[in-house]
Amino acid sequence: MRTVLYLVQKEFLQVFRNRFMLPMLLVMPVVQTVLLSFAANYEIQNLSLGVVDHDLSPMSRQLVARFGASGYFRVKKSAFSIQEADADLARDYTDLILEIPPHFERDFIREGTAGVSITANAINPVKAGLAIGYAQAIVQSEIPPRPPQKGGLELTYSNWYNPRLDYKTFMVPGILGVIISMIICFLTALNIVREREVGTIEQINVTPIRKWQFILGKLLPFWLIALVMMTIGLAVGWLIFRIPMLGDLRLVFLYTLVFAPCMLGLGFLISNFAESQQQAIFTAWFFLVIFILMCGLFTPADSMPRWAQWLNMLNPVKYFVEFMRLVLLKGAGFAEIRQNFFTVLTYGAVVNGLAMWTYRKRV
Amino acid sequence: MSISVQNISKSYGPVQAVKAVSFEVLEGEIFGLIGPDGAGKTTLFRILASLLLPDAGQARVDGLDVVQDYKALRRRIGYMPGRFSLYQDLSVEENLGFFANVFGAHIRDNYDLIRDIYVQLEPFSDRRAGALSGGMKQKLALCCALIHRPRVLFLDEPGTGVDPVSRKEFWDMLRRLRASGITILVSTAYMDEAALCDRVALIQKGEILAIDTPRGLTAAYRHPLFAVRSDDMYRLIRDLRDLTPDADCYAFGEYAHLVVPGGGSPSAAILQYLEARGHTGVELLPVQATVEDSFIDLMKNGVWTT
Repeated sequence: MRTVLYLVQKEFLQVFRNRFMLPMLLVMPVVQTVLLSFAANYEIQNLSLGVVDHDLSPMSRQLVARFGASGYFRVKKSAFSIQEADADLARDYTDLILEIPPHFERDFIREGTAGVSITANAINPVKAGLAIGYAQAIVQSEIPPRPPQKGGLELTYSNWYNPRLDYKTFMVPGILGVIISMIICFLTALNIVREREVGTIEQINVTPIRKWQFILGKLLPFWLIALVMMTIGLAVGWLIFRIPMLGDLRLVFLYTLVFAPCMLGLGFLISNFAESQQQAIFTAWFFLVIFILMCGLFTPADSMPRWAQWLNMLNPVKYFVEFMRLVLLKGAGFAEIRQNFFTVLTYGAVVNGLAMWTYRKRV
Repeated sequence: MSISVQNISKSYGPVQAVKAVSFEVLEGEIFGLIGPDGAGKTTLFRILASLLLPDAGQARVDGLDVVQDYKALRRRIGYMPGRFSLYQDLSVEENLGFFANVFGAHIRDNYDLIRDIYVQLEPFSDRRAGALSGGMKQKLALCCALIHRPRVLFLDEPGTGVDPVSRKEFWDMLRRLRASGITILVSTAYMDEAALCDRVALIQKGEILAIDTPRGLTAAYRHPLFAVRSDDMYRLIRDLRDLTPDADCYAFGEYAHLVVPGGGSPSAAILQYLEARGHTGVELLPVQATVEDSFIDLMKNGVWTT
């Protein structure tokens, strides 16, 4: 065990000496969390709205004013004909059209309900979907939906765990999971391959250092670094984004401890097959890009095709992102994440076992 | 017997790097493996240092089998690879401390062994290993390989990339280490270093050509040998190769060495021959063979039996 300590000590000496490494480890989680959370969100504001008001009544004007006051829309142009509005939409001058039919106010007063038409440019389906969603909400607040007929059903909804659908709340825990996974996987792979590339492994291999000692000496430092990065990331999430932290933070750290070996082991496994740092980088990227795009951070993992979901069971980042959201946003306790916890534990054991098995001190 | 190698073979795919090599090294001996690049020296070293498994054959180092007893063996050997393999981003002191620690040794306990070498490094003890000169790197590597007081030391081409003065100092240190009972196996492509070994094995293309003391090797050299020079060395060497059907001539420092197997060409005859070909400024003197002459002869004429 003392040998492992000496190895860890050596590793930290190298990390702290590296003028590039330490700032990267401390600054990267902060910058990426802040940058990605602000930039990579689905919240859409200032959509350009084209209005065609055939009614021109106080009520229709009030509806248009509501759109402008919502913050989501900016009334870019009031057109007199739907043809003109369509042309604006086609040349990308506006994002969506609100068309108010003649006799809108009269119908509403007489019949208690009225209709408007909303047309959106769906080149970007996400944007269009959200725009329509916002528009619908505004229209409904102004015009109550038709009262249910006898025996009919009325659908109402509320958003739990993120009542105002704040995307930062949703993104920050996930991004944190992705960043930590990415960094520790890269660091481990590169660090071990570097020893081979520079030739220091040759000198290490003739010492009595045992295989498990060497491996533990390599994994422990990055394991600790993962915890430090988690602490920094949570602090940023709390200080800057005020993300809710409903769950037990001790559980978050415990889970990080159990999860980190998955990514460390993957990095280690990659290093066993890579002869140079360049090869290691490309191999690690190949897997990480798949992991990150499929982890559920950007698109819900549950809506992927069946085969992709099966494949995704091998994606460790998915479990981490899922866990972070469950515990931080939903306040899940151990009982709720037990399956995830043990899956990750097994995953780590298998990956590290494989890495251990493929690592050779002599050829 | 400190090192005993029996019929060790190793191939990399179709290339046979080491072909059934056998030799023995006595305790407290400086034994040199002398041969050109690609002769199989490094492969042999890596097998003896338990880093590479041989395809066939057996080897024991300090009484331990290099395959079966590799764990115990690694505590008793010091290995200095041909390529500088210490941590370039750690300081001199940190490197030494690290290697002492992983062997469970203390610098204090074995300081007497490395003192002569380490005093030269001490002024730079805070410097990163990567920023040291070639000679200093070599000395640090030697210190790190010695810090656990090994019984056998493997030095793979320690002279490569080091200036002549540092090389000489390095060999002086090896002699002092031998005095403390450490067996040293050293490989080199420099023939002048061969003369500093107690015994040498000449190795080429994975085969040992001869094993002897440097003196024994040169003494066994039977052909008349001359050092020749003239104003036009290039033409001189070409002309001398045609002197007799089996005559050989090769550049050797400022001179060319001329070998005339079987004799039959006294100096006078050679001078006459050169004069007839219009050489000027000719100088010709009989010389004693060096290890290099022996090696060249062996490469050309195959294995001697001495």
